[in-house]
Amino acid sequence: MSLQVDNLSVYYRTLRGEVKAVDGVTFSIGDGEIMGLAGESGCGKSTLGKSLIRLTGRMRHVDGKVALDDETLPLDDNRAMDKYRFKRISIVPQYAMSALTPTRKVGKIIEELLESRGVPYESVRAELERRLSLVGLSQDVLGMYPIELSGGMKQRTVMVLSTLLNPALLIADEITSALDVSTQKAVAETLVEFRDRGYVKSTIVITHDLAILYQVADSILVMYAGRLAEKAPADVIIESPRHPYTQLLISSLPEVGVTYAENRLTGIPGRPPPLLDPPKGCRFRHRCPLAFDKCVEQPPFVEVEPNHRVACWATAPPS
Amino acid sequence: MLSLDRVSKVYKVGTFGGKQLVAVKDVSLTIEPGEVVSLIGESGSGKSTIGRMILRLSPATDGTISFDGTDISGLKGRGVKEYYRRVQGVFQDPFSSYNPIFRVDRVVSLIKDTYYPGMRKAEWSKKVSDSLEGVGLNPSDCLGKYPHQMSGGQLQRLLLARALLLDIRILVADEVISMLDASTRVDVLNLLGELKERGLGILFITHDLSLGNYISERTVILRRGRIVEMGATAKVFGNPLHPYTKMLIASVPHLHKKWEQVEREVGARGGEETVAAPDEALALHEVEADHSVALAPE
Repeated sequence: MSLQVDNLSVYYRTLRGEVKAVDGVTFSIGDGEIMGLAGESGCGKSTLGKSLIRLTGRMRHVDGKVALDDETLPLDDNRAMDKYRFKRISIVPQYAMSALTPTRKVGKIIEELLESRGVPYESVRAELERRLSLVGLSQDVLGMYPIELSGGMKQRTVMVLSTLLNPALLIADEITSALDVSTQKAVAETLVEFRDRGYVKSTIVITHDLAILYQVADSILVMYAGRLAEKAPADVIIESPRHPYTQLLISSLPEVGVTYAENRLTGIPGRPPPLLDPPKGCRFRHRCPLAFDKCVEQPPFVEVEPNHRVACWATAPPS
Repeated sequence: MLSLDRVSKVYKVGTFGGKQLVAVKDVSLTIEPGEVVSLIGESGSGKSTIGRMILRLSPATDGTISFDGTDISGLKGRGVKEYYRRVQGVFQDPFSSYNPIFRVDRVVSLIKDTYYPGMRKAEWSKKVSDSLEGVGLNPSDCLGKYPHQMSGGQLQRLLLARALLLDIRILVADEVISMLDASTRVDVLNLLGELKERGLGILFITHDLSLGNYISERTVILRRGRIVEMGATAKVFGNPLHPYTKMLIASVPHLHKKWEQVEREVGARGGEETVAAPDEALALHEVEADHSVALAPE
């Protein structure tokens, strides 16, 4: 078991109170597993990803613990976490396209970053070039400024850089969202390639795009309003979802071949609850067609089949 | 009816404007009332430039854009105002379409000041609430609010309602869906479908092939400023002929099919532009009724 997250809660401190962005989240990721983390904007998926590597000033670790290869991570201790960052846990941030300093050449950025972590540049130089060519970049990019690279090239450069020290866990936050369809596919395939070659052990792919996850992920975790809705192998989530939110979300996605004239799709009425003061019980119940009395209590995240967990009173009542 | 006839746009780039960047080259297309034409292209393909030229936000370097037979580049004063009464645009980012220090009502009241100065207040508020209800908004939910108090989908719908206050015939919808959440984007998309059924002609600019496929009657595939393939949506998606179109279709992530399967079906590899697509300016020629492609005729 590579990553084990137990009852993790991370709140944002604001002047009006605490925003419960991640509220009691429990899941695990196995070795070599690519887990997709899906949800709408504001559901806490990025907060969850970020909290595994660095809590920013406004984030407060309220409860729960995270263990990587059976070693508990000191989430609250920014200094102590330094030992894990980049070496054991690495992130490709949402802003990867603008993560590279515009005033330095790419090679220099990588060199400085490695030296700051006590890794001599020359010792990994050959590996760096090998991996760049693997993602279709020539080693000339090392002598270029970030502005000379296209969006997809920058994205792939950051991916190579983030995984250079073979981390046990890679967090890829919306890395395909800003790319064109053709580059999107190349970047998504790189994730799988890195896993297959053992450059990273486990990966969390955070995205709102379920279709991409179906292509690359082994399992998908769906979040809604700070809580977990459903987790299952990717094809189970897509083909036979159990949580009403997952079902409605998937049926609202247009696909090539589905047309307005023949098969009109519908969205989910309403909007997610504010996380500053979320309603008690199931947070989806105000938009849920199946909601009943029981839903004022929070549903447990129960296993309905092996590796398939759902938090819903209606479709997955605990036995 | 709006038509573009061999429209080109050349930007001067470089330190002293000495170099030229051809953003759009010889694009001809028409938008009829009651149809959605999707303009699909990757970033830098010139798709937004075409929308901007139609909205007169930047002039065409070459070629003519005409609306009901009148060249729009020659419009002045009243003519421009009347043109905007008929042709309006909605853009990608609903949040930056509003001035955050004013209430959202301002986008609506500006229309009244410009186009309906003499209308009585009661009549105007009736018109506004009809228009808001037409896009699925509850007037009491949105009037009087500030932009940050509303969701992206609501703001985008309000902009559509604003355009509908005018007697519009053509709507340029430039990536209107891409900033919206998955659960609400299909509602905005369906709204475009309803407007189409009411006789509006819509140019739906997008990079997302599945959205274009869902909503449009006709599809135009743009690559590096040139049209490579265009025609009835079912024909372009069902029988893609240009290597670039095939590559795009093979790259789209499907919900129920893996990439390998789609690639086999389309007979092309997605991901990178490995196909050496002919770059020279080949003219479009018709391969079947309502389906043209820029390839050398066999």
